Amino acid sequence: MHQHIPLASHAATLEITSSPRFWVRTRLALRDLGSAAHLWRLCWTLSWLDIKLRYRGSVLGPFWLTLSTAVMIGTMGFLYGTLFHQDLKTYLPFLALSIVLWNFLQSLVSESCTSFTAADSMIRSIRMPLTLYGARAVVRNVVILCHNVIVIVVMDMVFQVWPGAIGLLAIPAFLLWLVTGLALSMTLGALCARFRDIPPIIGSVMQIAFFVSAVMWQPNQLGDQEWMLLYNPFFTVLEVVRAPLLGEIPSLAIYESAGISAFVICLLSALLFTRTRGRIAFWV
Amino acid sequence: MSATPPRAELVASHIDLDFPLYHGNARSLKKTVLKSVTGRLGDDGRSRVVVQALRDINFRLQPGDRLGLIGGNGAGKTTLLRVLAGIYEPVRGEVRVSGTLNALLDPNLGMNVELSGRENIMLRGLYHGLSPAEIRKLAEDVASFAELGDFLDLPVRIFSSGMVVRLGFALATAIRPQVLLMDEWFLAGDANFMEKARARLEDMVRGAEILVLSTHLPNVIMDWCTRVIWLDEGVIRADGAPEEVLTQYLGHPPGE
Repeated sequence: MHQHIPLASHAATLEITSSPRFWVRTRLALRDLGSAAHLWRLCWTLSWLDIKLRYRGSVLGPFWLTLSTAVMIGTMGFLYGTLFHQDLKTYLPFLALSIVLWNFLQSLVSESCTSFTAADSMIRSIRMPLTLYGARAVVRNVVILCHNVIVIVVMDMVFQVWPGAIGLLAIPAFLLWLVTGLALSMTLGALCARFRDIPPIIGSVMQIAFFVSAVMWQPNQLGDQEWMLLYNPFFTVLEVVRAPLLGEIPSLAIYESAGISAFVICLLSALLFTRTRGRIAFWV
Repeated sequence: MSATPPRAELVASHIDLDFPLYHGNARSLKKTVLKSVTGRLGDDGRSRVVVQALRDINFRLQPGDRLGLIGGNGAGKTTLLRVLAGIYEPVRGEVRVSGTLNALLDPNLGMNVELSGRENIMLRGLYHGLSPAEIRKLAEDVASFAELGDFLDLPVRIFSSGMVVRLGFALATAIRPQVLLMDEWFLAGDANFMEKARARLEDMVRGAEILVLSTHLPNVIMDWCTRVIWLDEGVIRADGAPEEVLTQYLGHPPGE
């Protein structure tokens, strides 16, 4: 006979109630969040395998990300530096930081749209906390960001610009990005699963946002109109991480605007997720 | 892993499930926006195309119960299994499963053909919340059963179809639950079902305290089950001992 080592499955007691009551739904949503936190090892593995698979068989592997970002920043830096009459010594490190951070935000937003639909076969064959799929999109993009950070560090070394101790202010702001990113990934993931027209809308919004959010140009180039940027949440959210890394302390108004945006996204996400959690399996 | 696992129990009370069908036009944002703009929002609930997949499903299973679900295509057998596994949440009613649960619904569950056999085993272990030590045990068990040898470290893409089946089967049957939900694919294809695989599956089924099996093969029910529910268009038509229900279902006593 075959020899078999029985393994126990760890799934605990399963309780599903279809109660429309708010607190029941909230409890189920919180349980989803909690059990996803328990599965952090799975989340990390899934995210890492996503990237590994994309570059399997290539010599440079994920460092293709670093290389292509470097080439893009190099070309765009010279082109726009000349067009905008900027000093390349300050413009190139600014652009490297800007583009790397913006690419992170932009790909996080666009991949959020498929956080659930990309995992449809999993969702339909095993009960897993849905937060797991949302977190996967965030973790994957953080790993990509880590590869691109090399470009920023090299630029800063070449041009001898260091943010100094002010740069540490970027850390709490980045944590805010991660929490908001998870909220966004859950919200867009659910909305895009239900309404298939949303991803293209998100795509064009992000494209416009790229041009109006002072990614390629410096905020002070707007002159007297600089105040208008405060009403652009894409800009303020970008600025709370970017400014400290450029050695500047963002103004209180910028923190307020970014904080309010993040709060609104998290609140919407919490409300939407408690309402739609049980329906997502039917939508994907 | 608690020292004493809870006593297994499965309770389904008054389950209703509507399966929404989102057609190309019914699910678009334009439709929804236009509808709310033209003030026909109240219509929304009724204008959505819904299949009544399950209606008022009620039963309770204790340790030792082996329930067979029988019924034609589209009767709701697989949907009910998915509800019991917690994948689809019912519109009304409650599901409670005490004890560990494993649902064998999709033979290639989560299998990524680009990943190596070993990576697929590791992922499956992680999905079930196993520790690294347990995953090592899982890999040994699966590798020895599926007889993959050196192929274990190669991508599943290059496996022969027989090897993929062996890997999928070995993975699915390696994790032993208290409550086992099983779809009929698992028993289908008896002709080339290896003796070894049958023994392993029987071992797993015997080890489970509660079994829910969906099939439309009467002989499978007679072999495995102690109770049968006949589902017809999402409603329980009959519930009772296998002989009795199968006689009603087939129109003649089973085995004739």
